[in-house]
Amino acid sequence: MAKPMEEYKWHELNVGCVIEEVGNAREYKTGDWRSFKPVWNNEKCIKCGLCWLYCPDATVFKTNEGFYLSNLDYCKGCGICAKECKPGAIKMVEEGR
Amino acid sequence: MKKGIEVSIAASIAAKLARVEAIAAYPITPQTHIVEHLAEIVANGELDAVYINVESEHSAMSACCGSSATGARTFTSTSAQGLELMHEILFIASGMRFPIVMATVNRALSSPLSIWGDHSDVMAARDTGWIMLFCENGQEVVDMIIMAFRIAEDRGVLLPVMVNLDGFSLSHVIEPIELPSQMMVDKFLPPYSPLYTLHPNKPVTMGAYAMPELYTEAKYAQEMAIINSKEIIKNVMDEFGKQFGRQYKPVETYNTENADFVFVALGSIGENIKTAIDELKGEGKNAGLVQLRLFRPFPSEELFSVLKDKKRVAVIERVMPAGAPNGPLFQEISSVMCTNSLLMHMENYIVGLGGRDVLPESFIDIFNGTACEKSTVPIRDKNFKVIGVRG
Ligand code: SF4
Ligand code: SF4
Repeated sequence: MAKPMEEYKWHELNVGCVIEEVGNAREYKTGDWRSFKPVWNNEKCIKCGLCWLYCPDATVFKTNEGFYLSNLDYCKGCGICAKECKPGAIKMVEEGR
Repeated sequence: MKKGIEVSIAASIAAKLARVEAIAAYPITPQTHIVEHLAEIVANGELDAVYINVESEHSAMSACCGSSATGARTFTSTSAQGLELMHEILFIASGMRFPIVMATVNRALSSPLSIWGDHSDVMAARDTGWIMLFCENGQEVVDMIIMAFRIAEDRGVLLPVMVNLDGFSLSHVIEPIELPSQMMVDKFLPPYSPLYTLHPNKPVTMGAYAMPELYTEAKYAQEMAIINSKEIIKNVMDEFGKQFGRQYKPVETYNTENADFVFVALGSIGENIKTAIDELKGEGKNAGLVQLRLFRPFPSEELFSVLKDKKRVAVIERVMPAGAPNGPLFQEISSVMCTNSLLMHMENYIVGLGGRDVLPESFIDIFNGTACEKSTVPIRDKNFKVIGVRG
């Protein structure tokens, strides 16, 4: 969308709310309703990649050193990565206000 | 030239004359003949259309949305439980502004199971954002289906249209009907030129979600589209009249000029009321009839201008209002009167549920004020009255 959604007037919307611009979902940072975030402890990490595999939002990515991190613009804080990490390298930490 | 033909067959021929490109439908009594015949027309190669066999009406309406999104002129037809099974997709079709046309063969809803005609199906779907037309006879079914595509596909409208016809009392009768020529229909109905389509060369997103920041605006835009469609509907009806010689109006009247008493009704029952009016006339009594050809958007102004100086208005409905003070049509009309600050004497009669015969005598009894006395159960005052309940 060309401008933030709260600025649109009713008659400026496309018929049927069709979105003509492709791939604009990228502009929406959907991680803002997270209340916990994953924090990695690379000393415990065995680089198994389970956190990458299990993240339902595909926000976990591999760093240049072969460890893992989450893109917090999209991470929902669901905690699945921490639950699946067998050595306990991921801790869910409450978001600061 | 008029030809004796079953109304359902005529309806499917009307869809063919409109050159529909996609049909997704599931058979349900009393609608079956329409889609059966359309399947035949497509199978014979008489119509170049995709006929999608689906496993339910929920899928039928979903497939219709899909085909309409690709820019195909889309038709379907349903009835009763089928319409209710489509219910959630009805909102999606109108919200996404797909100009689908559907012939709804009105039938009572289960339970108890009934295959016969009344308006409980369409009244349960009246606020789904569809334009709703009601037909009185077979000729109107044909004409309305052709007009429906012109209305639906108008760039100022782009909304789905439902053409309502009464189950059995219209769908299964053989009537003399004039079927227009393909040439005339082609002249009246240009090929559908969609505003947006699903196409790999120019991808768009349809049916995205709206946050609370946007939903109100989106719904308001849709509301304005259906409200503004009324003028376009009138123009399409006028143009149809000029070209085909049969003139329709959102609100039609019969003998209303001289009468202080008028009936208001929807659908085929209007013909019985006209018979009653003619009989009353023979006795020197004057009653009029107001028929709504258009129910959504509700033709408030047109209706008000006919009703405003009447002394007594009897609203005839074919649906049980289930706990409401009055039936849906009565509620709409009284709300029009209220917003115009006019209090008038209005009565609400429920007739013809689940296919029960309604004879012209019932309307004569309503006119004479004796209809309730003849009902054997006591009638509560100021609320709707059910005609002919056995106590
Ligand atoms: S908390 Fe959930 S969303 Fe965030 S990185 Fe872990 S698995 Fe992915
Ligand atoms: S699941 Fe745990 S151990 Fe495996 S890669 Fe992720 S953080 Fe490292």
